[in-house]
Amino acid sequence: MSGRGGQGWRARLVRLPPLLWLSAFFLVPFAITLKISLSDAATAMPPYLPVLDWHGSLEGWSSFLEALDFENYAVLWFDSLYREAALSSLAYAGTASAVLALLGTPLAYALARAPARAQALLVALVVVPFWTSFLVRVYAWIAILKPEGLLNAALLRLGVVGQPLEILNTPAAVLIGLVYAYLPFMVLPLYAVMSRLDPALREAAADLGAGPVRVFLTVTLPLAAPGIAAGALLCFIPMVGEFVIPDLLGGSDTLMLGRVLWSEFFSNRDWPLASAVAVLLLLIVIGPVVLFRDAGERGEGER
Amino acid sequence: MSPFLRAVLALGLAFLYAPILVLAVYSFNASNLVTVWGGFSTRWYAALLADGPLLAAAWVSLRVALMAGAISTLLGTLAALALARHGRFRSRRLLTGLVFAPMVMPEVIIGLSLLLLFVGVGLDRGIVTLVIAHATFCTGFVAVVVGARLRGLDRTLEEAAADLGATPRRVFATVTLPLLAPAVLAGFLLAFTLSLDDLVIASFVSGPGATTLPMRLYSQIRLGVNPEINAASTLLVLAVTLAVLAASRLTARR
Repeated sequence: MSGRGGQGWRARLVRLPPLLWLSAFFLVPFAITLKISLSDAATAMPPYLPVLDWHGSLEGWSSFLEALDFENYAVLWFDSLYREAALSSLAYAGTASAVLALLGTPLAYALARAPARAQALLVALVVVPFWTSFLVRVYAWIAILKPEGLLNAALLRLGVVGQPLEILNTPAAVLIGLVYAYLPFMVLPLYAVMSRLDPALREAAADLGAGPVRVFLTVTLPLAAPGIAAGALLCFIPMVGEFVIPDLLGGSDTLMLGRVLWSEFFSNRDWPLASAVAVLLLLIVIGPVVLFRDAGERGEGER
Repeated sequence: MSPFLRAVLALGLAFLYAPILVLAVYSFNASNLVTVWGGFSTRWYAALLADGPLLAAAWVSLRVALMAGAISTLLGTLAALALARHGRFRSRRLLTGLVFAPMVMPEVIIGLSLLLLFVGVGLDRGIVTLVIAHATFCTGFVAVVVGARLRGLDRTLEEAAADLGATPRRVFATVTLPLLAPAVLAGFLLAFTLSLDDLVIASFVSGPGATTLPMRLYSQIRLGVNPEINAASTLLVLAVTLAVLAASRLTARR
């Protein structure tokens, strides 16, 4: 039935609702954001100018278009705050992706090598935190990391440190939060790749005298490398725009684009500048998103 | 399985669960201080029941999650059917993109752009805008869950029904849909929990009078850590965990 089922009116009726809905509420909003990023802030509701009059004349349209400019992008470019926020978002997301790859790879490998009977349960145990209350999981770290928190209490009692470490409200806390929150997101696709690897390859290497470490490094790792890269990319995209983690764990001077966008919108009520930040963020993630879409498409095509 | 891999697994799971366990344990702390143990008590759970704004927020979240879950389940199932069964069609790349992109797109972008749309068309912010926004970002997750099941489905069953003279509609209703039902239900549960959990998108698109549970919790957390938040969080984690376990049972290959 491949290729034939997709043409009739009934088939169109199946794909039309999701196409229309997602176009209206995912695609069109981007266009509006782009337009508003070219507008000026105003003290009105909505707080931006110009506002398009849909029933306006041709002159109305042309004066509308003339009122759009790239002022907000000039602000993004010349004000060092935004440049630093962009760079530090990339640094945070990049570092966290690398750490995730390092931690996620052995964990996914261990999952894939677990006894078949226990595997479903173990995978479910890794999945559950991913779906479980992002906000709550980040909140939990506040009580652990703060100066009088549990980690410091444990370290003091063990005599590892003489006085409480300052961890909360530092970049280290943001990194811990990112790695913790996104670990399941990294492990799951990686597990899917590793559990599909042919065990015969490992066995062959072992029969030829390679130890477990050597088998992992020379057989499993090269075969899983594309999966590791895909997993890291998958985490990188949402992490670049992360808001909750830098806001709750990073303290007031953590610069990340998601947080800058949030404060431009909610504190400064500068919708056009917030929109420009959103467009910048979109430009950063669009490449990885397209790669991810194509990977998804290959997955869909697979039978 | 080697002892080393066992240790990796144990450490990984400990890292994932320790913070949640700590949170849950301290929700039963009699002391006001989150990190000082003052004996076992359920007083914070009692405090929850008397917390009007929190209960109101939970009710808003529940209603939104049910409606958004239902809509995204319908849309996601249709999208999965189109992508898995329609072969090549013109809007295929567009649909794939629209299904997958919202799952990874930073939430601040989705939230802000949807808000700008709602303001642009003059839609009042509240429950309706929350439902639309949540249904939009949950659809992809449903499509992935249902799509996985569709690809694992034994096509010969459908072909057999067709050979026996069933019309395409009848094949779908009596063979495909019953086989798909567990995945559709699992998709609904996941969409439900995602909606229940969302803070960022909701903060942008919700209006006065439609504060969701995560929004309420977030504003409390900003004021400082307190055991009542721990109690509310523990209940939330419990509810979500049960839903996810149910979903994973439904999708488990038997």
